Amino acid sequence: MISEIKPIHAAKYGMTIDVDRCNGCGACMVACAVENNVPPAHEGATDRKGLTWLRVYKVDNGEEYPNHRTAFVPVMCQHCNHDTPCVHVCPQQAVDLDPATGVVGEMPQRCLGCRYCVAACPYHARYFNWWDPAWPKGMEKTLNPDVTPRMRGVVEKCNFCHGRWHAAKQLAAAAGKLAGEPVEYTPACVEACPTGAIRFGDLNNAASEPARAAKEAESFRLLEKLGTETKVYYRSKREWVREIAQAPRPRQSGKEIARG
Amino acid sequence: MTIRGKIPFLAGTLMALGLGWVGFPYAINTRRPQPVDFSHKVHAEKGGTKCEDCHAFREDGTFAGIPTLDKCSGCHAAAMGTTVAEKNFIDQYVTPNREPQWADYARQPENVFFSHSVHVKRAGMTCESCHGPTGASDSLRPYREDRISGYPAEIWKVSGTNHGMKMADCVDCHRSKRMEQSCLDCHK
Repeated sequence: MISEIKPIHAAKYGMTIDVDRCNGCGACMVACAVENNVPPAHEGATDRKGLTWLRVYKVDNGEEYPNHRTAFVPVMCQHCNHDTPCVHVCPQQAVDLDPATGVVGEMPQRCLGCRYCVAACPYHARYFNWWDPAWPKGMEKTLNPDVTPRMRGVVEKCNFCHGRWHAAKQLAAAAGKLAGEPVEYTPACVEACPTGAIRFGDLNNAASEPARAAKEAESFRLLEKLGTETKVYYRSKREWVREIAQAPRPRQSGKEIARG
Repeated sequence: MTIRGKIPFLAGTLMALGLGWVGFPYAINTRRPQPVDFSHKVHAEKGGTKCEDCHAFREDGTFAGIPTLDKCSGCHAAAMGTTVAEKNFIDQYVTPNREPQWADYARQPENVFFSHSVHVKRAGMTCESCHGPTGASDSLRPYREDRISGYPAEIWKVSGTNHGMKMADCVDCHRSKRMEQSCLDCHK
């Protein structure tokens, strides 16, 4: 955070993800990569070295057939609202928590590539550029002009589609809306989800879907005991899914961990 | 070393510094004229009266920037005056329907998100407060570009003003208006 200025009508953007609705199709991951100019994976990329601002994890209840159950959990930057670990550790002030939107923003141009934030993030939501981005010939024409491509040696992560927020803010200004008034927009993953599992909105607006969902008993956040007060809420009717979200490691077989 | 021995050394140092001071801006920047000798003053008097008449906003709030040829050829399909500049413009651009390659004095790096709508329509700023008195200028000054970075030299100091268009200039104003929130307000 650069300064302690508190705008009058601050937004607090957040998400609710219905784990029971997610069928693991991965459309959100593709939409995210396209929207945010994430290049196709380098041939040397592994699960650890690839760039996936949004990654759908597969978890199971650890039981044998016929009681075996699986669930898919999309995990992106959780936008910690309190004691944001990556903001604390960054020696470059390349990460900040925007008091006007609640978005944890990353400035790749400031990043020196120490990867302290990658280690600090409890949600494995930060990714390091091990290679310069490269697009197959012709594909560079599909790049999104609202998002800067990043270079080798810097960290990047989800910022709730900040390019779309810029566009929405600009449209609101042109339409005569006042400064500081929260704008409504839809991130790419929300738009792409075919089952409507991901919903996005302003947590300060009691009528928004995430604000309503956050109050439900089935609602939970990842690793709540850390006190990071993340702004991505999950929902599941299944108790074992809610338990896994609080464990330091998902209960997975070794094979599934390898698959990510 | 005696005082007398130091004099040539000091004189040489001063000369080298002076040469660098004067010569560096010429060495670092390339200069090229704009494709057409355009007069904002004449157009402001005879054509549109406001900047927005030519430098228009689109419906979605984005800014169209420098107008395209069709805006010019609306009036200049045939010569309206007797100037050589207009005749050249019509012969070289309007008749062959070729877009002039205007150089943008205020072009920003690609990681900058700047919304004209937010500054003009919401904050009520005038065009001149950043761009200087361009509307009153009678001819286009040559475009200078930094050889190393490839950015326009006027980013350092906008002609006719006391400020530039560097990040520090943006931050100065935002800080004084208490509108400084996050890096991603202006970066993308």
